[in-house]
Amino acid sequence: MSSPRPGVEPLLRELAPQVLGVLVRRHGQFDLCEDAVQEALLAAATQWPASGLPANPAGWLITTASRRLVETWRSEVARQRREQNYVLEASSPVSPAPADDDGLALLFLCCHPTLAVPSQVTLTLRALGGLSTAEIARGLLLPEPTVAQRISRAKARIKAAGAQFRAPTEAERDRRLPAVTRVLYLIFNEGYTTSSGPALQRVELTAEAIRLTRQLRQRLPGEGEVAGLLALMLLTDARRAARTRPDGALVPLAEQDRRRWDAAAVREGTELITRTLAEAPIGPYQLQAAIAAVHDEAACAQDTDWPQILALYDLLAALAPGPMVSLNRVVAIAMTRGPAAGLKALAAAEADPALAGHQRVPAVRAHLLEMAGDRQSAAGHYRLAAQRALNLPEQRYLSMRADALGPSDDAAAD
Amino acid sequence: MKYMILIQSNRHFHERWEKLSDTEREEFGRRHYTLNDELADSGELVISAALGDPSLSKRVTARDGQTMTTDGPFAEVKEHLAGFYLVDCDTEERALAIAAQVPDAVWGLVEVRPILDRSGEDM
Repeated sequence: MSSPRPGVEPLLRELAPQVLGVLVRRHGQFDLCEDAVQEALLAAATQWPASGLPANPAGWLITTASRRLVETWRSEVARQRREQNYVLEASSPVSPAPADDDGLALLFLCCHPTLAVPSQVTLTLRALGGLSTAEIARGLLLPEPTVAQRISRAKARIKAAGAQFRAPTEAERDRRLPAVTRVLYLIFNEGYTTSSGPALQRVELTAEAIRLTRQLRQRLPGEGEVAGLLALMLLTDARRAARTRPDGALVPLAEQDRRRWDAAAVREGTELITRTLAEAPIGPYQLQAAIAAVHDEAACAQDTDWPQILALYDLLAALAPGPMVSLNRVVAIAMTRGPAAGLKALAAAEADPALAGHQRVPAVRAHLLEMAGDRQSAAGHYRLAAQRALNLPEQRYLSMRADALGPSDDAAAD
Repeated sequence: MKYMILIQSNRHFHERWEKLSDTEREEFGRRHYTLNDELADSGELVISAALGDPSLSKRVTARDGQTMTTDGPFAEVKEHLAGFYLVDCDTEERALAIAAQVPDAVWGLVEVRPILDRSGEDM
């Protein structure tokens, strides 16, 4: 579901990890190869639109990047020895290993355990996504120098850790796959913004996350959680157009115009999760995807199969407990058994210290109180929820909800 | 998630600072530098800065096309912002752990607050 981009950019993004894979396999030195590939991509982005595509775009990029690499080596102290090595290595034929293995090796390298999660996210966008420093900075809402520094330090750390560029063994894969899927999940969430803003300047991180997860799924077709993550992304992203009003205001799930959902994405996500649940051992991403599929299957909010959603949240709470799971489960209880049961469940859930004081508690309580018809208390809790919201569209939505239920005490006192 | 680690200062800070030996003051500064380096190295640092004394502050009023500047000091405040670290890290726990490494935390002057972002999950 990657959105169409003008010109040569999609091709470059597709080729970036392949070219990097070939270079690292040939020369080692992930850090220097990565710099060289970035320069080759930049050269292609400026030259190809004018000169037309070369006959072999991947070959062109490999040659250009290799040349940059040699230039870098020449300027280094240990120049002679390295050049000799380079001549030897370059004259030996490159093993035509499948590009799939390179992609997997790169992804696991970028999500290396020596890196903090924000660095894993950034390096993945760079090495696998082929994004420039400026594009990553815009996507992650960070200053460009921060991103540049993060990338160079991350590469230095990988080098210092002595990490090898090779496809992970089965044991490594099992151990490190959760970190890899989490990075892809975070890239997706990071891009799932509701902000308006100049769309053309923004890199679509959600589309990028879906593209990378699709590739990972092709490489690891037997991994249920990778399939589950892809389905979750498709089913969530399908609602994107209905999720905000033209002025950027948030539209909650129950009020979205479902005709604006992306039917093809819903179908693909639903088929994928249905098939996966039947074949693979169950996991948290699969359960979240299954919940999203139940929502997306309902033609209108009233048709939602809440008992099934509640059953899925029960499973999820057992498998991967967390504050958000507990709160969503409370909502499912209220939708199944009524607001009084929901409020009771919320009070019980709050006994868990992990949930007490969570910034989303007032929003859920407000919603349940509103369902119960207690408009005044609901308005108060919506106001508290708006105060605690961690993002601006949500804050705006919760304030609006409070105002719709009645004037605030402050306003009344004015 | 991005968090602002706010370092407050107050009258007591200056009193305590005066009582520190040169070695202790050096150690205090060195720990700030080390923390900054470690955060840059882990990729979690967005930016950090120490602020000038509040007596250097100027207040700006812009109204009806007119801009007015007032020099400090302003009305007595118990605490003022002395510096900050803006960090980008995986969890709130991690942000709190970083804050605990800020040397000023020994006097209870360090605060962690989340940065509002533009993204939101479905409700």
